[in-house]
Amino acid sequence: MPARRPVRWHIAVFLAPAVLVYTAIMIVPLFGTLNLALYNREGDARVFVGLANFATLFGDPRWSASFWNALGNNAWFFLIHMLVQNPIGILLAALLSSPRLRMAAFYRTAIFIPTILSFVIVGFVWKLILSPIWGIAPGMLGAVSLKGLFAPWLGQEGAALTTLALVSVWQFVGIPMMLIYAALLSIPDEVMEAAEMDGITGWSRFRRIQLPLILPSIGIISILTFVGNFNAFDLIYVAQGALAGPNFATDILGTFLYRTFFGFQLQLGDPHMGAAIATAMFLIILAGVCLYLFGIQTRLRRYQF
Amino acid sequence: MATRSSLPRTVAAHAILITWTVIALFPVFVILINSFKSRRAIFAEPLALPTPATFDLVGYTTVLRQGDFLQYFQNSMVVTVASLFFVLLFGAMAAFALSEYRFRGNLLMGLYLALGIMIPIRLGTVAILDLMVSAGLVNTLAALILVYTAQGLPLAVFILSEFMRTVSDDLKNAGRIDGLSEYRIFFTLVLPLVRPAMATVAVFTMIPIWNDLWFPLILAPAETTKTITLGSQVFIGQFVTNWNAVLAALSLAILPVLILYLIFSRQLIRGITAGAVK
Repeated sequence: MPARRPVRWHIAVFLAPAVLVYTAIMIVPLFGTLNLALYNREGDARVFVGLANFATLFGDPRWSASFWNALGNNAWFFLIHMLVQNPIGILLAALLSSPRLRMAAFYRTAIFIPTILSFVIVGFVWKLILSPIWGIAPGMLGAVSLKGLFAPWLGQEGAALTTLALVSVWQFVGIPMMLIYAALLSIPDEVMEAAEMDGITGWSRFRRIQLPLILPSIGIISILTFVGNFNAFDLIYVAQGALAGPNFATDILGTFLYRTFFGFQLQLGDPHMGAAIATAMFLIILAGVCLYLFGIQTRLRRYQF
Repeated sequence: MATRSSLPRTVAAHAILITWTVIALFPVFVILINSFKSRRAIFAEPLALPTPATFDLVGYTTVLRQGDFLQYFQNSMVVTVASLFFVLLFGAMAAFALSEYRFRGNLLMGLYLALGIMIPIRLGTVAILDLMVSAGLVNTLAALILVYTAQGLPLAVFILSEFMRTVSDDLKNAGRIDGLSEYRIFFTLVLPLVRPAMATVAVFTMIPIWNDLWFPLILAPAETTKTITLGSQVFIGQFVTNWNAVLAALSLAILPVLILYLIFSRQLIRGITAGAVK
């Protein structure tokens, strides 16, 4: 009888450290919090209420209006990132990766700098630049005699969210740029040279040779953008405060969760409703990621060199 | 032939890259130049470079009198470097196990580890605080390192396993035929080949750790364990109308991470190109 295959202990050794730390510090506390969503406070006691908190969140007009407002704003925030941040990132990466480009290292380093700044700095500096009082932006528009175009964008209900989304694009465009750049560099020179032999250069080389090869990376940056945007909180918080003004025009799920969970001004924090919102966010993100993993990623072709 | 058509294209490429570089650096430039100017000059000519008449270090002297920025910087360095080390080591090991071996529960384990990309670890803050209190780790840098390691692992595993799938099987099988153990194959064959991906993961892991305000505030707010982000946020809150001091504090918060990044980006570039040349 042939012996059974020996237990492959090395698999466990490779997996153990990551799985242990991750489970103890992240998963267990997270499910502890999600569990809170099923309880509520009555007097001093914590009682199990099942899905009643979700019925309140979607049924009670005071809660559901805020929720749908935050979700809609969040979707717009994400859309701007997909339409502005990722195409600019891919364009910059494609330009940077062209051979014999001088100063490529300088550009790459400089363009990534906003990404390393903390939200504390980014929120503060853009508020200063866009401020109608200190006025770097109105002054600069005035210098090209377009001063009429200036408006206090961060204070306008119609423009505040888009403005903040563009600030976020400004800050994070370095991430898709770096990922795509690394993917473009990993394409072997022989492939590019073969294309050049066949007379495929410039735009058509990018579209027909490079683009298919970096599609998996574009998939990754899309899903990272989605997850990052639906978890976003800090920029809105440092620029507009927990109330996400003006008149909740910049409220996204993260700030809505924060206000509910920790309270603001005169309203007390409600950990149970907060946990219900957190669970809703979790399900939204889970749906998006599943769509990517099963609908898109499995159809991408991978090439081994 | 190639040079003939590429001159206008090169000019266009530089024009686009320079434009975006200016957009990217302009706000940082505004903070830095104004931090060296007197209060009146900040308001009168926000875009002017400091001249001998407007040069003023009052902001910096206020900041350095008030806060222990050197200590904050050291704390941030310790937390960031230690977390980064554990994320890269543990993450690469797990990614290798997931991408290399077929075993029961492989897909499930991958999904389990990927779960952490989707959920912000902040949702578990209350339970994490309880855990750290019972472990006696409150107000220690170890608490922050543990949390950031857990936070960084899912993305590291996701990206690294994606890249490890492209490492050629022939190479690994050749190593096995030569009698290398699975550990040797991982550390001497696979790790060097995924260095560009490691550098990418390192940058993406480092930034949120360095800039995090939330966990330092909750887990380690003591004076001796404050990170630089928390330190400068507290400072801005106290000196909100003293523009010289705020701009100087922001500059001091930017400069260390800028220097760290400039040192690190050399490694990053070397890593990326080394991987590409193969």
